[in-house]
Amino acid sequence: MLRLEKLVKQYKTGDKALKGVDLEVPRGQVLALIGPSGAGKSTLIRCINRLVEPSSGRIELNGEDVTRLGAGGLRQARRRMGMIFQEYALVERLTVMENVLSGQLGYVGFWRSYFRRFPQAAVEEAFRLLQRVGLEQFADKRADQLSGGQRQRVGIARALIQGPDLLLVDEPTASLDPKTSRQIMRLICELCAERQLAAIINIHDVALAQMFVQRIVGLRQGEVVYDGTPDRMTPEVLTEIYGEEDWAATRDKGAGDGHAAQAVAEGDAMAAM
Amino acid sequence: MSDTGFDAQDLARRWRPPPLIASARLRWLLGLGAAIYFALAIGTLEVNWLRIYEGLDRGWAFVIAFTDPDFSTRWIDIRDGLIESLVMTVTSTVIGIAISIPIAFGAARNIAPLPVYLLCRAIIAVSRSLQEIIIAIFFVAIFGFGPLAGVLTLSFATIGFLSKLLAEDIEDIDKGQAEAVRATGARWLQLMNYGIQPQVMPRLIGLSLYRLDINFRESAVVGLVGAGGIGATLNTAFDRYEFDTAAAILISIIGIVMIAEYSSGLIRARVQ
Repeated sequence: MLRLEKLVKQYKTGDKALKGVDLEVPRGQVLALIGPSGAGKSTLIRCINRLVEPSSGRIELNGEDVTRLGAGGLRQARRRMGMIFQEYALVERLTVMENVLSGQLGYVGFWRSYFRRFPQAAVEEAFRLLQRVGLEQFADKRADQLSGGQRQRVGIARALIQGPDLLLVDEPTASLDPKTSRQIMRLICELCAERQLAAIINIHDVALAQMFVQRIVGLRQGEVVYDGTPDRMTPEVLTEIYGEEDWAATRDKGAGDGHAAQAVAEGDAMAAM
Repeated sequence: MSDTGFDAQDLARRWRPPPLIASARLRWLLGLGAAIYFALAIGTLEVNWLRIYEGLDRGWAFVIAFTDPDFSTRWIDIRDGLIESLVMTVTSTVIGIAISIPIAFGAARNIAPLPVYLLCRAIIAVSRSLQEIIIAIFFVAIFGFGPLAGVLTLSFATIGFLSKLLAEDIEDIDKGQAEAVRATGARWLQLMNYGIQPQVMPRLIGLSLYRLDINFRESAVVGLVGAGGIGATLNTAFDRYEFDTAAAILISIIGIVMIAEYSSGLIRARVQ
């Protein structure tokens, strides 16, 4: 469904953020992209919808090369890619409903959107999505009145109302407490499963990623250095991705699935303080 | 610890916050230079103490007039002048804002392409570098005496003020919000309407109200050169040495400015 071929991004400063990334994501697959800060994770997902213009390579979405599209074609392609952000990126002074409906901007003309006269079906879908993420009674609240977890749910609804095939998710939990992080990750993964959406999730929390996704891709200095299932994430692999560190110390706290749960439990205790 | 040569006590004793200008020599030189310049500048002011002594009487008459302002003798003139000034103020502010907004968007580097940016910045620079009085004289020369010249002057001055400050606010927006709107496949106009406008709206309202009372005050000033409004009435009063009438006019202006100031403060506090 999505295929990246030799994707390169070189910034004007000369820094190469991506050095020829090849990646294929089939329909419905949720993939976690991990790697140290500055590895190019953010650049990679922003290249896919061309918020950042890639320097060379191909980006194929449903067989169409996104890098060759003109302005109109790009807007249409962006409708197929919902994006979710670390700091939620809601328009703070608009209401929850206006924020969700802004996901429809690619489908309606300027004047309709200016007067907020979205098609009945779109508003209906917006209410359904708000109900699905548990915020139906917040529709007319302003976005800046919500908590972090609630804002991220609005962000998810905004991405979904686009009717996307693919979600680009940039550090969805980095600003959230551990409990909310788990809830948000679970919600994203459930929705992807319900709607057969593929997703690329940038994430720092490796344990959290392992709990929820089917595939992990490790990026280091703009290159893919790991691509496999979550259970093959050994200390050696982590060293390959992040560099030397005593990985065993954090991973051996519990056996199997227990370690992640324990880490989260500790986090909950910290958040409660 | 002492064998590593690390002595926290000694370091703590010698620690000072770093100065604004790193080089001590340059620091002293700049300070000394400023002091000398100031002394020389004071020296060039020619103060004619005799003239000041004579002028005190006239100034005093002016102040005394304030204790006994005369609203009644020229009430019709004052009323008409104030109404004309208010009409000029509102008209010029509305026209000025309408022109300023597109120029402000063009003058924001983060959304406008370079040629548009340079053009809009040039318009702002011209508007800001010309003083109201000069523009008023220019427009009076073209359109003749009266409020039309005043309205055009104030509209023109509003553009420089509002476009510049609004453009700066647009440049300071949270990019994340705009990026998110762009990622949905929005067109450029939709991006402005959803990603930018909500972020700068409180500032735009605040600046507009602020400009409204600036324009009222300026309408009194441009009237002095014949561009209509209460300034013309004030000028006449001064020409006739009717300080009590002039005082009445000034008190009216101050009163209206204070009302505008107070109510715009109320509105600005509510728009967040």
